Amino acid sequence: MTAPPAPPAPPGPPWALLAELTHACPLRCGYCSNPVELVGRSGELSTEQWSEVFRQAGALGVVHTHLSGGEPLLRRDLSDLVAAADGARLYTQLVTSGVGLGERRLAELTGAGLRSVQLSVQHADRVTAERIAGARSFTAKERAARLIHEAGLPLGLNAVLHRGNLDDLDGLIRLALDWGADRIELANTQYHGWAARNRAALLPTPAQVERARARVVRWRERLGGTLELVWVAPDLVDATAKPCMGGWGAVSLTVTPDGTVLPCPAAGTLPGLDPPNVTHRELAWIWRESRAFNAFRGESWMPEPCRGCALRTVDHGGCRCQAYALTGDATRTDPACRHAPDRPLVAALVHGAADCADPSAYGYRGGGR
Amino acid sequence: MTAASPASPATSWRPVLARGVVLRHDPVRDADLLLLPERVVVLDGSAGGVLRLCDGVRDVAAVVAELAVRHPAAPVAAEVPEFLNRLRKEGWLR
Repeated sequence: MTAPPAPPAPPGPPWALLAELTHACPLRCGYCSNPVELVGRSGELSTEQWSEVFRQAGALGVVHTHLSGGEPLLRRDLSDLVAAADGARLYTQLVTSGVGLGERRLAELTGAGLRSVQLSVQHADRVTAERIAGARSFTAKERAARLIHEAGLPLGLNAVLHRGNLDDLDGLIRLALDWGADRIELANTQYHGWAARNRAALLPTPAQVERARARVVRWRERLGGTLELVWVAPDLVDATAKPCMGGWGAVSLTVTPDGTVLPCPAAGTLPGLDPPNVTHRELAWIWRESRAFNAFRGESWMPEPCRGCALRTVDHGGCRCQAYALTGDATRTDPACRHAPDRPLVAALVHGAADCADPSAYGYRGGGR
Repeated sequence: MTAASPASPATSWRPVLARGVVLRHDPVRDADLLLLPERVVVLDGSAGGVLRLCDGVRDVAAVVAELAVRHPAAPVAAEVPEFLNRLRKEGWLR
């Protein structure tokens, strides 16, 4: 008989907090990874409750917070929240659509201690961008980028990539250069929440992915580091599990609009996880002791073939939420992985996408207003 | 490697942290950190002390001189200008 696997080592302190301040959003992107069931405005944490979250996060060792959503600008108390996070010695980054970011609002936020902004973009072409977002937003984004640049704040763009924009990578990169961005994250869609409903329409073809990847390599050579290009790989097409969240409960935590604390933004979908809430428990207890944060920590939960695979130290067994979404069992090897017993499921999806005739036929995000 | 003379361009710039870069001590990990929009750099023992002198007023030669007084046995003239240059190339100092 073999010895039972050792329990996971006590976790080091977390580095980052994703603060989902609200689920409300002026955009209706079909690739939205927020849950299908959103938290309503009346269920959101108050200013005081968020301030307490930031205080506890700072004491626990968090140094970065990403103020996200939905659209965090829809929180009228956003500059108070920035001030609270800054007061807790957290580095604050705003993650925004840019809709509602005028001159006065930005001045308030920088005055409160905002350090940097990540702005979403859907496409370099205005009409296509607004079709993808399902809302008028391009002019607001242009203006936001100009104001952020003029204010001297670091600006990152974030483009979620899918079948409908992957062929225009050059346009997105030129947009980043035109708008004075320091960085652009070219992030292939993660099929969680609303996005999972649109998987067939969003999944790119392997040929599209290969062309795009080659463009990234060319641009990197050409730019020589003046604009940082981050490529978030399409795990399903690449047949390579992603090192999801840098490991379960290893690097960061997510607090959703109603105070639920999750090891990753999509983990709310996992059955039986029983995620804790900041209104009932201290963040330190949640991070160290809660069942949810220990569920997939370390390696003792891993099935074969992960258990004996050298990749386990790199990909940490891949994405639990994807394993659950595709197989109904969160403890299975991530089916994205080429070594996974369930890989045929993913191969069928990728094949199916190549045959999908109308790439724009996805359902817009609903319920986010 | 040759040590730069005090008047060379390598030592006449006045380093200061770039916008959006924050230097802070982390009491939880007992380490100096550089915080950037999407990145944390954990500084080794002496690096934080060097960067705290980078105030945009002192030039590199003055930073080196100050460190030489504090740490007479350390090879600061040989190592510090190169260290600061490396951080300038990363975009963390300007």
